[in-house]
Amino acid sequence: MSKEEIKFGRSKGFFETFERRPGPIKKNMHYCPGCGHGILHKLVAEALVDLEMQDKMIFISPVGCSVFAYYYFDCGGISVPHGRAPAVATGLLRANPDSYVISYQGDGDLGAIGLNNFLQAANRGENLTVCFVNNAIYGMTSGQMAPTTLIGHKTATSPYGRTVTNEGFPLKVAEMVAALESPVYVERVALTSTKNIRSARRALRKGLTNMKEKKGFSLIEFLSGCPINLKKSAEATDEWIEEEMIPYFPLGCLKDIADERDKIIRPIPIFDKEKVTKALLESAGNIKFGDKQTKLRKDLRIKCAGFGGQGVLSLGMMIAAMGQSRNINVSWLPSYGPEMRGGTANCSVVMSNDIIGTPIVIETNILITMNQPSMDKFLPDLATKGILLYDSTSIKPPKTKSRVYAVEATRIALDIGNIKCANSVIMGAFAACLKGFELENYEGAFEEAIKTTFRKKPQLIDMNILAFRKGKDSVKTVNV
Amino acid sequence: MSEKKKKKFRINITPDECKGCGRCIYSCPVKVLSLTNKVNSMGIVYAQYNGADCIGCGSCFYACPEPGAITIYEIKPDEKGKE
Ligand SMILES: Cc1ncc(C[n+]2csc(CCOP(=O)(O)OP(=O)(O)O)c2C)c(N)n1
Ligand code: SF4
Ligand code: SF4
Ligand code: SF4
Ligand SMILES: [Mg+2]
Repeated sequence: MSKEEIKFGRSKGFFETFERRPGPIKKNMHYCPGCGHGILHKLVAEALVDLEMQDKMIFISPVGCSVFAYYYFDCGGISVPHGRAPAVATGLLRANPDSYVISYQGDGDLGAIGLNNFLQAANRGENLTVCFVNNAIYGMTSGQMAPTTLIGHKTATSPYGRTVTNEGFPLKVAEMVAALESPVYVERVALTSTKNIRSARRALRKGLTNMKEKKGFSLIEFLSGCPINLKKSAEATDEWIEEEMIPYFPLGCLKDIADERDKIIRPIPIFDKEKVTKALLESAGNIKFGDKQTKLRKDLRIKCAGFGGQGVLSLGMMIAAMGQSRNINVSWLPSYGPEMRGGTANCSVVMSNDIIGTPIVIETNILITMNQPSMDKFLPDLATKGILLYDSTSIKPPKTKSRVYAVEATRIALDIGNIKCANSVIMGAFAACLKGFELENYEGAFEEAIKTTFRKKPQLIDMNILAFRKGKDSVKTVNV
Repeated sequence: MSEKKKKKFRINITPDECKGCGRCIYSCPVKVLSLTNKVNSMGIVYAQYNGADCIGCGSCFYACPEPGAITIYEIKPDEKGKE
């Protein structure tokens, strides 16, 4: 009789069975025969267990053949849009600096669509390990040219072979990252022979250990086989990597300064609701939240629209300031065309006794328009029980069932002597429309708001208050 | 007992987890693996162990892209040194 002991076997870093994988096959992975992704997955699974990182690890599955990697690893997992793994990783790591994240990415994902996200994360020195699988091809979409495709290589999108003149040289990602200050460790390895796989295993563990010790950013570039798209056997694929890829993408460590670097300690994030509110309000200038708040009957979702130069944005700002002075929560969101004057402009103002979710206003309950195109554009979005206020100097009376008020704002402003105070005329008219409707002491609130808005141009305050009062007295009810 | 310290190993390849890529076969330094002439439930010709002389090096395990297709066992003699 003899006893047997497993020396090498299925890692506990993998799920026992791959329940997430659709179909009857639950023990092996979805990759093609001989695919480098599988080889690397085994090294990752084993390292997660040996380095005791499973419980705190979030493995990010990219877009590419490894999009389903979350079927396999017994650790946290998240799938992200193409190329966005380092950005999502940053969020995860900043929200929870004690977590570990592997950003697992292909050459299309990292080197093409996601290059900026990747380089910025490397340059910020996120405490992250990036596993870069360079198979010199877009595997998943069946063989298009990647940034790392070799010169002369024929692919679906380089049918005559990649050329330097047409597509440039293959991108040397590891060299590029090694040239940055922040990354602590950069190595290129190959998933081919036993010797190379063993050094890939060592490199991966080094990268993960750096993360565990909070040393910052590590990149390991794995030259990896895609036998299906190369149309070669696994063995011929290995030979191709060794004879064609490695001469251009030399193996070896390009940077290893983890020992010289201190631990990265970033500010501890705050999740406590009260503390977050307090921190936000402190930065906004010590407003006492919820204190003596004027009660609104319902949220106001206001749109002010006109052309640039009519003052619709500052009109919205004045309305928001009026709400703010009564401790109502407000948001103000401008939207204007590229031309500063003469183009269309509008802003959205939300007022609420509650916390404001989105500052975007689609369905409005108060619409203020200062020219005809804005009226035509935004009137359909006005709620049936909403209020419309418009400048009747130039706008024709609209057909609507909503409550409608009109004021000859531009005309009155011209009479006062400055067309620019048309928006204050509108403010006055607005105050009149709201009379008895929403706010107590609304007039005082509006006048205060004008003073706040023009605090840096005090010579304009009196004229605007005059415009405000004229607007209030001249508003006409068109339809109630 | 001249070979007393020499460790003994065997490997197992689970047919239904093998995709027949051959990576284990060409990675084995002592060439004790080969493809069968049979197909598994996926319809793939799978690899097998020839039955003797595995040195337990682990090359085939790391070469194989599947999580559990290959298991390598060390055969430990019992107290009396028998197999
Ligand atoms: C936003 C977006 N653009 C394009 C695609 C199509 N697409 C899917 S995978 C892929 C390339 C994958 O190549 P790579 O990152 O090298 O991964 P591999 O499959 O080779 O491992 C592309 C372009 C997509 N899914 N989403
Ligand atoms: S297409 Fe290439 S990279 Fe994708 S699974 Fe198949 S061999 Fe692997
Ligand atoms: S463990 Fe080594 S010797 Fe044994 S079958 Fe695998 S590769 Fe060959
Ligand atoms: S390497 Fe794995 S999948 Fe490939 S033939 Fe060997 S056992 Fe089968
Ligand atoms: Mg690729």
